[in-house]
Amino acid sequence: MTAEPLLAIRGLRKSFGGLQAVRGVDLDVADGAIVGLIGPNGSGKTTVLNLVTGEIAADGGSVRLAGQEMIGLPAFRVCRSRIARTFQLVRILPGMTTRENVMVGRLFGAEPTTPARARDEVGALLECVGLAARADQAGSQLTYIDQKRVELARALATRPRVLLLDEWLAGLNPSELQIGIALIRRLRDEGVTIVMIEHVMEAIRALCDHVVVMSAGALIASGAPDAVLSDPEVARVYLGEDDA
Amino acid sequence: MARLALVAVGVAVLAALPLVVSAYTVSLLISILAYVSLATAWAFFSGRTRYISLATAAFVGIGTYTVALLGDHLPLPLVLAIAPVVGFAVAFGVGLSTLRLSGVYFVIFTFGLAELIKQLVIWFEINQTKTLARYIFVNAGGTLIYELLLAIAAVVIGGVWWLSQARLGYALRVIGEDEMVARHAGIDTTRVKVLVFAATSAVMSLVGAVLSLRYTYVDPNIAFNSLVAFQVLIMALLGGVGRPWGPALGAVPLVLLFELLSGTFPHHFGIALGLCFVIIVYYLPGGLMGLVDRVRGRAP
Repeated sequence: MTAEPLLAIRGLRKSFGGLQAVRGVDLDVADGAIVGLIGPNGSGKTTVLNLVTGEIAADGGSVRLAGQEMIGLPAFRVCRSRIARTFQLVRILPGMTTRENVMVGRLFGAEPTTPARARDEVGALLECVGLAARADQAGSQLTYIDQKRVELARALATRPRVLLLDEWLAGLNPSELQIGIALIRRLRDEGVTIVMIEHVMEAIRALCDHVVVMSAGALIASGAPDAVLSDPEVARVYLGEDDA
Repeated sequence: MARLALVAVGVAVLAALPLVVSAYTVSLLISILAYVSLATAWAFFSGRTRYISLATAAFVGIGTYTVALLGDHLPLPLVLAIAPVVGFAVAFGVGLSTLRLSGVYFVIFTFGLAELIKQLVIWFEINQTKTLARYIFVNAGGTLIYELLLAIAAVVIGGVWWLSQARLGYALRVIGEDEMVARHAGIDTTRVKVLVFAATSAVMSLVGAVLSLRYTYVDPNIAFNSLVAFQVLIMALLGGVGRPWGPALGAVPLVLLFELLSGTFPHHFGIALGLCFVIIVYYLPGGLMGLVDRVRGRAP
């Protein structure tokens, strides 16, 4: 491990009524790493993402990006501090074109600029995610994978240091999955640090340097993908009832 | 540049109209200009963010009552400057406390606000000043009112046109499309909503203040007429809320229609208004501007 992790989560806690959704999560993410966050449905993965990005208020704990505290900041400030995200259920802006969808990130993200400049600059991003040909289509007319591409491009347009992907690869067919994996790898090579919630094990093995497993709001395992995925305890909670 | 010149010529022609048309026409034009500004201001906030405000009448009434209360004591320009400040301040406070409410709660709150303010004014007048109505002694001819409203309409439409292409215009649209995305794309949604709600409400109060100069008598039921909120909403919907010109385009025919209806069927005006509402929402969901787009889109 390098000396100072880029993203350091300590003792993160959140309860909803009597349910302890996240109970004291610690996680270090090194600069330039791809970290996989896995675990069964309802184990608190998305809640961790929502806490980190300021969508919901934490009961306790700390999230530091390069030493700067994120807990307590509203979502828009977290974004401007260079933590971007996608959503588990894809969220595009249906009444705006692909280009406008992506421009939004550039207009209001970490280095905001004017609409004219944003319009010019997002061309390269659209090219990068493979949307150049659909730039002027309305968001509502895009296919599922293209909507996912829009979300990714919009998140990247905010110029993040850390990108949080919430099941971004879910629902893609096998060939789309390969495209998606290549895209994420390329982002890492360009210097974006990535935390990805994912159920697609093929992608986890192909991409992640480090995997952490959540179960019932707590981290139960952490390490290299192969080691973690072959841990019998992980197999029990993760595959659980289905494979029992 | 050519378009700007065209607009300037258009405004100059409109400004010269009172010299050639009858007093009745000027009075009709006054109504049109007032509703053009109200609908444009309303649509800039509510049309884009989809936070539907029914508080238009509250802010128009605040403007009217500012003149009724202060018109005797202060010079007219100062009174007209105070009205939007009061409107802004009230909307700012209301916005801070209610714009966190989602969709339908906001609609209902704003509808209640107009009634609340009206009742407060009634209470104040009865208990403090022992009157329920006021005379407005400020002297302003139809031409002055017309020219003031023309200037306001020009500034409001120009401002909306300019801001629509700026970051603020995008921010409002993103909030309307998906507020969660807006937050996570770096938009300070609370600040944008509260400031734009307050600024557009200030415009409504200014329009209400100028309009009050045509009255000699005002009471809370006239000043805080909740029908105004619905009329403005229909006009904006008819024109199309997404374009700077849309609401103005919707205001012109509807002011003329409402004028005709209230003249010929004064007792059935509410029915006619409701019918218009249904027809527009049902047949023209994108407004007139949306219709233009659809026709253009189909053309080869």
